[in-house]
Amino acid sequence: MMLIPCPWCGPRPRVEFTYGGPDPSTHPRPADTAPLDVWTRYVYERDNPKGEARELWRHGAGCRQWFVVERDTVTHAVAASEPLPGVEDPR
Amino acid sequence: MTKAPDETGIAPQACRLETGGHIDRDRTLRFRFDGRTLTGHPGDTLASALLANGVRLVARSFKYHTPRGILAEGAEDPSGLVALGRGARHEPNTRATMTTLTDGLEARSQNAWPSLRWDAAALMRPLSAFMPVGFYYKTFQWPPQVWPLAEPVLRRMAGLGTSPRQPDPDTYEHRTAHCDVLVVGAGPAGLMAAWAALAAGARVILADERASLGGCLLKERTVLNDAPAADWVQTVLGELTSDSRVTVLPATTVTGQHDHGFWLAAERIYDRPDTDPAAAGPRQRLWHIRAKQTVLATGAIERPLVFAGNDRPGVMLAGSVRAYLNQYAVAPGHKAVVFASHDEGYRTALDLVAAGIPVAAVVDPRADVRGPLPDRVRALGVPVRDGYVIGDTRGTASGGLSAVSVHRYRTGGDMVSVGEWLDIDLLATSGGWNPTLHLHAHTGARPIWDAETLAFQPDPDRGPAWLAGACGGLKPLDAVLLSGREAGRGAAEAAGLRLPEGGSPCPTVAPDDPAQATAGTRRAALWAVPKPAVANGKRFVDLQSDVTVEDVALAHREGLESVEHLKRYTALGMGTDQGKTSNVTGLTLLAAARHQPIPEVGTTTFRAPYTPITLGALAGTATGEQFAPVRRSPLHDVQAEAGAVFQATGLWLRPRFFPRDGETLAEAVQREVRTTRERVGMVDVSFLGKIDIQGPDAAEFLNRVYVNGWTGLPVGKVRYGLMLREDGMVLDDGTTARLAEDHFAMTTTTANAGRVMEHLEHALQVYWPELDVRLVSTTDAWAAIALAGPRSRQLLTFVTDLDVSNDALPFMGVATGDVCGIPARVFRISFSGELAYEINVPAGYGETLWRRLSQAGSALGLTPYGSEALGVMRIEKGHVAGPELDGRTTPHDLGLGRMVSTKKSFIGHRLLERPALTDPDRPRLVGLVPEDGRTRLLAGSQIIAVEHAGAPPPIPRLGHISSACSGPSVGHPVALGFLTGGLEQWADQTVLVTYPLKGTQVRARVVPPQFYDPEGSRQNA
Ligand SMILES: [Zn+2]
Repeated sequence: MMLIPCPWCGPRPRVEFTYGGPDPSTHPRPADTAPLDVWTRYVYERDNPKGEARELWRHGAGCRQWFVVERDTVTHAVAASEPLPGVEDPR
Repeated sequence: MTKAPDETGIAPQACRLETGGHIDRDRTLRFRFDGRTLTGHPGDTLASALLANGVRLVARSFKYHTPRGILAEGAEDPSGLVALGRGARHEPNTRATMTTLTDGLEARSQNAWPSLRWDAAALMRPLSAFMPVGFYYKTFQWPPQVWPLAEPVLRRMAGLGTSPRQPDPDTYEHRTAHCDVLVVGAGPAGLMAAWAALAAGARVILADERASLGGCLLKERTVLNDAPAADWVQTVLGELTSDSRVTVLPATTVTGQHDHGFWLAAERIYDRPDTDPAAAGPRQRLWHIRAKQTVLATGAIERPLVFAGNDRPGVMLAGSVRAYLNQYAVAPGHKAVVFASHDEGYRTALDLVAAGIPVAAVVDPRADVRGPLPDRVRALGVPVRDGYVIGDTRGTASGGLSAVSVHRYRTGGDMVSVGEWLDIDLLATSGGWNPTLHLHAHTGARPIWDAETLAFQPDPDRGPAWLAGACGGLKPLDAVLLSGREAGRGAAEAAGLRLPEGGSPCPTVAPDDPAQATAGTRRAALWAVPKPAVANGKRFVDLQSDVTVEDVALAHREGLESVEHLKRYTALGMGTDQGKTSNVTGLTLLAAARHQPIPEVGTTTFRAPYTPITLGALAGTATGEQFAPVRRSPLHDVQAEAGAVFQATGLWLRPRFFPRDGETLAEAVQREVRTTRERVGMVDVSFLGKIDIQGPDAAEFLNRVYVNGWTGLPVGKVRYGLMLREDGMVLDDGTTARLAEDHFAMTTTTANAGRVMEHLEHALQVYWPELDVRLVSTTDAWAAIALAGPRSRQLLTFVTDLDVSNDALPFMGVATGDVCGIPARVFRISFSGELAYEINVPAGYGETLWRRLSQAGSALGLTPYGSEALGVMRIEKGHVAGPELDGRTTPHDLGLGRMVSTKKSFIGHRLLERPALTDPDRPRLVGLVPEDGRTRLLAGSQIIAVEHAGAPPPIPRLGHISSACSGPSVGHPVALGFLTGGLEQWADQTVLVTYPLKGTQVRARVVPPQFYDPEGSRQNA
């Protein structure tokens, strides 16, 4: 079972976390005025990267914070984690 | 070796050697096999005890029902599967080799009917022509009418043991452990690794699947430091067990490697030699181990040679024969032939001769074999037939091996019969060793083919584990010991520990030890001996799944070229043994058929678990009442006192109804509804989700998550809100009150409380971190009671000084003050459609509030009511709830389209604009009443057009019923449903409500979904 390094709580087992899709800075929520097909792609289409990926995770059984994890989807190696932009890294 | 029965009448252990073995001869254990009472000793496995009693036939095979014996000595054994215990403790498909012999053990053979010796299916073996390879798949192509007839026969013919039908009476537990170094396997490499890691100060867990630790050191006649190796094993184990930093786990199989140093291990507590069954607690314990570093010292698994008739009881792996001789002091036969493609066969011959068992020949496919071991065997006068193979076997009436035929062999597959049969009852065979790399490969490391040892090796550059001993490649014993020491030190250092200068010295191996002599010698790549023109038996690759050389060839001819396809089509390696003795042979045969080198064919994927784990161990303590936590409202006990009947709803236990004087559910609900509608009722609504929202931007935040507007809501007011997912579908609904400019109290449905909280947190953290808003779940902080009914205001005035008049606290207002002397929030909201108030008090005061309201309300005819009456009243009123908010409905579908603001943006609003979601032909909420005014409409029914009454399926579907009740307040049954085109198309028309499972069809009229007080005069009173 993977260990996810929560910036606030430290490495914790994966069962405490939920996956929340790709890193919002590379997969941002469209502006309200964006065309419908942009919105449709945002809601329904996801890349399925093999190898390095930046993912959104939430420490639901801990501090309840969303943050970004750099993870290899093949080896499951976790390279780093960081808070969302604008949030101070507690470490 | 014939011995007379003792005075008890129980036959003596006819095949037990007079001396030797790591068994306790002073104690005798009795056990039963197929009703016969037999004896063995502590230190025996069920397999060794059966062999000690001369029992060679222990099972019948999966498909052909041919006699099967014990092939191997350990976890790899494919064929010695038995059923243990009886009744609820019946355990099928247990390997006799891995079962510790205990007093009173009861074992039975499987797959044989009516008995092991006389099996009816075996007599019908010609029928096996109807079960060719892949027969499961081929039967799918039979005409469908044949299946019901064929299936029971096939299931009886082909299958393993049966499962017990009663609940498991034993208990199991889970334990989490952390360590610096996990060592898997307690053979010479594992013991050295654990010892060296401990010498560096590491916290060590040493686990081994066997009850007796020592691995091959117990199975061979090894001498270490000029003494029997078992002495050295005891010395090292003494060092390890006396140190509190070490946890030694015998009878514990590390079953899987998972990510980031996480390992699962199943400890069979009852199989441990130190377990007192009378005092034992759990039967098994599943360890969740998080290790900084892991040393794999899992050894290697021997693979058999494949030849015609290789499945007879009496054909055994050469290394296993040595284990039975040396560890268990058992003679697996009276006269033997050794047939091996490498030098270790000679080692087995030496041990057989030493145990007094004549060896008729060592048969070796290699020509001109010379070397220390072959020379020693020749010197003993044992005939060595180098350049020969075994081509076929014969059996006795009961199926045991009685003779083997010897053929001349030239590399390349040319085989010449010399017409020679050797009468023997034991054939020790070996085609080489496969490193036990399963755990290493679990996280994706692909094994590498090694042409020198003719085996797959773990990739030393992949995977996190340190490899010690034979699992990292075959090597001489002194190198095995040294590799263990180096792996243990390396792992300890990698775990952050400082290495000592000396300590944990490797023991000295005698230079003439056979374990020093076999590594590095020439090996013959003989995967399957050609089949003679006339042969007595089949050539089995997989003894458990009954897969032959011909099956592999046929599968290839039928186009199954991938090794993964071969596996699934033939079932090769899909049994409970997962092909530990057969997979490599199978894929080399496939490679030959494809005319490709072995590495290009590759292996199938290795997956956890390494050996089967009993389901009870996986469940641990999470069974029955412990399966999931139970949530109880703060009003649970006081409602139980009031006679509530509870119902599980998600994790919650909710009062369903409060029966009086033997009332049925229907009678109680009728009364609760009538009393509430005519007088006053109270209901526990503590289950609703509650979220406290504060901050300067709180109103703006609500504006962005609800479809309707919030910035204009005055302090002291409540508003109904609808929340969407980003795809435009309704997520949840509920009321939210503004307690101050920057303070809101939100409620959610019971089922979605957690989901809404996550949704809001996600929006706040990921979408709009610039909003200054804080969220806290307060569901468990409040006890909540709804007072409903025309007399609710009067009752409230008895217990509060708050002004609760319609002017001071109108519909959708909120007030804060004392109720029953308790600080409270009073919300004027209504789910029932009556004049109603929802009172929230801190959870600890809930019981007091309930008691005081009950007391004050008795004069007004107050009744408590449960979730059933609550549901009836909301359906009568036409409020949507869980069955309507099913994740597929939009605000428009629910008739709430006018709530959707067009002046602002909110989550879901863009995709809600998709044309298909506002199509008037979408199924939309309607009310339905039966035309006859009597017949109940059932939730889950389908709605069809009247002209389709009695039509055969398929019938076009117009919609479905989501909620229904008897409608006590309106005098006839009512239902809510979704109908294509909604009221605009169907108002006052008749449709058919059909429930095909019950065969009912009811004519119903389509009406607006508000059945009771549609003007809302009662709740606004
Ligand atoms: Zn955390």
